[in-house]
Amino acid sequence: MGFRYPKLLVPALSATLICLFLSSCGKGYAGKIILAGSTSVEPFAELWAEAYAVTHPEVNVIIQGGGSSAGVESALTGTSDIGMSSRELKPEEEFDSGGQKILHIVPVAFDAIAVIANAKSPLTNITSAQLRNLFAGHIDKLDARPVTVVTREEGSGTRKSFEESVMKAPGSKTMERISNSALVQDSNGAIREIVAGDPNAIGYISLGLVDKRVKPLAIDNILPTVETIKNGNYKIVRRFLFVLKTRNNPLSEDFIKFCLSPEGQNLVAKKGLIKIKETK
Amino acid sequence: MKRNTAGKVLLLIALSSIASLAAITFFIFKEGLPLIFKVGIINFLTGKEWSPSGGEFGILPMILSSVWITLGALVIGVPTGISCAVFLAEIIGDKTRLLASIPSVVYGFIGVVILVPFIRETFGGPGFSLLAGSIILGIMILPTIISISTDSLKAVPDSFREASISMGATRWQTTIFITLRAARTGILASVILGMGRAIGETMAVIMVAGNALNIPHSPLDPIRPLTSNIALEMGYATGDHQKALFATGVILFIFIMILNVTATYISRLGLKTDSLSKGQNK
Repeated sequence: MGFRYPKLLVPALSATLICLFLSSCGKGYAGKIILAGSTSVEPFAELWAEAYAVTHPEVNVIIQGGGSSAGVESALTGTSDIGMSSRELKPEEEFDSGGQKILHIVPVAFDAIAVIANAKSPLTNITSAQLRNLFAGHIDKLDARPVTVVTREEGSGTRKSFEESVMKAPGSKTMERISNSALVQDSNGAIREIVAGDPNAIGYISLGLVDKRVKPLAIDNILPTVETIKNGNYKIVRRFLFVLKTRNNPLSEDFIKFCLSPEGQNLVAKKGLIKIKETK
Repeated sequence: MKRNTAGKVLLLIALSSIASLAAITFFIFKEGLPLIFKVGIINFLTGKEWSPSGGEFGILPMILSSVWITLGALVIGVPTGISCAVFLAEIIGDKTRLLASIPSVVYGFIGVVILVPFIRETFGGPGFSLLAGSIILGIMILPTIISISTDSLKAVPDSFREASISMGATRWQTTIFITLRAARTGILASVILGMGRAIGETMAVIMVAGNALNIPHSPLDPIRPLTSNIALEMGYATGDHQKALFATGVILFIFIMILNVTATYISRLGLKTDSLSKGQNK
């Protein structure tokens, strides 16, 4: 005879598996909210979800990434209840072909995009013209030091906001293209890692994600701080949006109310975002 | 009766895997081809500018990047891999297949932490480069090359070696002129399989190659192969941009198909000449 396993093994294993399965879905939530979209908004949405769970243990808030465009798409198709976007919506995303509004927009916070350099770099300030020329590839040195520029991939919300506030020369209507020789990374974190490891690198990331290994540069002598962002002196700022197909879902509405409440806003303000009601 | 049912079940499973493969192929072409025709196949393949939001879809830099990084990986991986296989098959026994089970993200991480700073400090430039990508890929294809080459070297009958040595050849001459020659079909197959892995690898390459969009002019330039282009931009792409990424997939698909067909053809050719020479020897 071949190998004989104990008679009880199969039933015992199945019973264990069934118990595990049941216990994982048996928490008994009264409802769930799915948020999906921008990877820039994601860490802050997780903060909100965590705090919300303390007061509303009966609601299961699920946060998924995917990117701004995927977020908008998911809100539209109903695979998520709330889509997260770190860029403004295109007209064709907000309205259908007949001009009917198909998505509701709720701004939830302001985020500054910081231009960062390695903490050891002697750079502290950069002019907006230098910044534009560096990213357009017209120059590759600052004060005779070589500079490696790192950008986000095409389609990223952060890249779009950066292009709109930096790559347009004053008085000019056309936007300069970011150079083909710039390094490209597909997340804030990846850009931060490159800049943290390379003393010559310059990149841009969400201000809330700046850590000790990199430092934000002043642009035209203006550092991104709560003050300069609130009074509008620091220019590279974008809105974080929630987008919804309907405003009739009480669960989503209650969660949004929490995010916009003083408690919710303070929570993300501590991590570097600017409260939605406090700018200009 | 019972055996019959089991056979049918297995057949069903096999067919379903083929069906899903067919579905994937169909879907990639359905999504990608319309854009290729819209842009024009020549413009798509030879365009140097990739700016989907600006309506420019040229993937020449990525095609060249894919070609260069694959060649680079072969330059590094093939001599090392075959030497390794000779060592394992001819000199000691086989003990290493561990490398094959390391996930690619780990290779990428090692590349970012060790290789990229090393290249930056030694040769200048950003460090994220064709060179870094080629080295990482060269290491990643080693297990494929080593294991298949070792097997085909071991399959060479000992009588070949004995005959060669009895004719007065040294061990070195026997290995180079007899054993390697006899095993060349298997070795070639291992190289082509390694090539397939190199051209299709995504994660590790995204991490170390820099992903810049220009055509590389030196091994220190950052590059973006076809695979990286798809993986980098898929998350945020919509409309024509998304279609253009599927179109990139179509080109990659055709690339790999050509590679596979060539591989099969070459190895068949090898088999034919092998049997021919054996026939003459009789």
